Amino acid sequence: MTTNEQLRQRRRLVQALGAAGALGAIGGARLAWAQTGKVKVGFMLPYTGTYAALGRAIENGFKLYVKEQGGKLGGREIEYATVDDESEPPKAADNVNKLIKRDNVDVIVGTVHSGVQMAIVKAARDNNTLLIIPNAGVDEATGPLCAPNIFRVSFSNSQPGLAMGMVAAQKKYKTAVTITWKYAAGEQSIGGFKETFQKGGGKVVKELFVPFPTVEFQALLTEIASLKPDCVYTFFAGGGAVKFVKDYAAAGLKDRIPLLGAGFLTDGTLDAQGAAADGLLTTLHYADNLKTPRNNAFRLGYAKAYDTKADVYAVQGYDSGQLLAVGLNAVNGDLHKRPEMIKAMAAAKIDSPRGAITLSPSHNVVQDFYLRRVENGENNSIAVAAKALADPGRGCKLG
Amino acid sequence: MDVSILLIQILNSVQYGLLLFLVASGLTLIFGIMGVINLAHGSFYMLGAYAAFTLSALTGNLFIAIALGVVLAVAFGYLLEWVFFSFLYRRDHLQQVLLTYGLILIFEELRSIVVGDDVHGVAAPAALAGSIPLGTTMTYPVYNLLISAACLVVAALLFGLLRYTRLGMMIRAGASNREMVRSLGIDIEFLFRVVFALGVALAAFAGMISAPASSVYPGMGNQVLIICFVVVVIGGIGSVPGALVAALLIGFVDTFGKVFLADYAGILIYLLMAVILVWRPEGLFRESAV
Repeated sequence: MTTNEQLRQRRRLVQALGAAGALGAIGGARLAWAQTGKVKVGFMLPYTGTYAALGRAIENGFKLYVKEQGGKLGGREIEYATVDDESEPPKAADNVNKLIKRDNVDVIVGTVHSGVQMAIVKAARDNNTLLIIPNAGVDEATGPLCAPNIFRVSFSNSQPGLAMGMVAAQKKYKTAVTITWKYAAGEQSIGGFKETFQKGGGKVVKELFVPFPTVEFQALLTEIASLKPDCVYTFFAGGGAVKFVKDYAAAGLKDRIPLLGAGFLTDGTLDAQGAAADGLLTTLHYADNLKTPRNNAFRLGYAKAYDTKADVYAVQGYDSGQLLAVGLNAVNGDLHKRPEMIKAMAAAKIDSPRGAITLSPSHNVVQDFYLRRVENGENNSIAVAAKALADPGRGCKLG
Repeated sequence: MDVSILLIQILNSVQYGLLLFLVASGLTLIFGIMGVINLAHGSFYMLGAYAAFTLSALTGNLFIAIALGVVLAVAFGYLLEWVFFSFLYRRDHLQQVLLTYGLILIFEELRSIVVGDDVHGVAAPAALAGSIPLGTTMTYPVYNLLISAACLVVAALLFGLLRYTRLGMMIRAGASNREMVRSLGIDIEFLFRVVFALGVALAAFAGMISAPASSVYPGMGNQVLIICFVVVVIGGIGSVPGALVAALLIGFVDTFGKVFLADYAGILIYLLMAVILVWRPEGLFRESAV
């Protein structure tokens, strides 16, 4: 080996070392910067399609809370990245990776659609990314697929059903028929109702299903009329909710067999349902007429900021912000202290516009459920159906 | 299940079947006579329902809205054939599928921009808003009976038009031999334009008349489109009586399937289609063009 070649080799080695050192320096600088710089929040929400309005309400609610805190949580400024998930499950894995890999977000807030949510939950588990779920109720997210870094501030699909089952049992109904779409959200809601109703002494005599998302109910309404149960429990949302409520009334069943539903039956659909919805009872974690100082202040602030009325989705977005604030405040904005941050979030007591909320061991929200009656086109709370109702979180090994 | 409930379920089946026929008849005409696979047919149903919603709000009367809507639908169909579909007859099916699928996206987006993504209800006229008692616990809305009656009238008119009028004769002739009809001096382009406008008007009419009984929501057209293709395939492509029989058949299978075989209700009609295609690959009524 000639000296020349040795020299060349040494030079190459030095160059390589230098390059590595430079990279290390950059990396170190970037890390140091990350802890004093901004916290990056990634919204993965539907901004187009049927759920577009929900996505915007969630983002507005979140940003309203951050704005109220002076734009900082835990001493650090917040910046945002957004991805439109279009409520399209096939695109969900790619979309969530854009936030995690491309935008390098510190926390994901999303989403509305349960199918898309499953992909986000999986990505959050694989990459250990902090995730706050602002709507989707799919039971698995805080059940078999729960994880320390996954939190939900909205509801689980079973929760409204669990609350309504208690109400139906208290009303001394003996028999019930359930009807819903044959898909996860519907079946989980029915499962909740069945659990508490049967525990309270009632009996679900028949579970009826229609294929999702068809809206031909006539045959099953006739079936209900022939079974003559004491009450009917149902989960439908959107267009299906409108048609079901109208068909139920048109079939003359409304005055003979009380119709009970998860709150989504009459949320955002009352205008289209008209008189057919009058007097219907539903359970949800929010109502239009909660007159607490906390809710009044929230609704006023929201109306001022966005020139539109706040709804349950705005509340859920707002509380996603509150939960993140609890975590960041506990560690003074130092995201490296992940275990302390998660511990603080899991123990959070949040003063939500809907009332006080906490989290269950599986990181699903524990909250009051309101019994609401449709009056003059509004969902008015007439009682608390269930105090501090927790989802059982079956299959979750946390806590 | 006692007899009165059984009778009510039969009524439900007929009602659903007739409504399906109304949408599918236009599809089978366009498909059978012009040879175009029109995926946008469900969109015409959706546009009809939204037209009923906006026009009845404007005019304050559902029947005026429907009359106006039918006229608009005919004009719209005529224009659409002229601008887009007339270029499709000599192309293969893939290009037809591409164009008509594109139209679905455009119509849905236009609907979203103009009316929004909310769910809407349309009020039935006050005179027909009542219900008649059926059995001990149920009532049946008068308006639903009107829908069935309207479907029967339209079916009769359509049958009469195709079987006994000069225009119907030309349409049937055009379906079986396009070149011969043209060489006899009949303006086949105009004829097809009329058929297409008729098909669009039928779908839009179905959407408008069923709007009060169902409701008006995004994506409603695509749902009905798939079932209508099943109707057309079972009935035999291009056959209007076939569509009627197939629609009623599906009405019965769907209704009673939901009651007796709830777990399989979603696949029953497709199973029915498979069985019929094995038995008669051309559909029930292939031979007669009408």
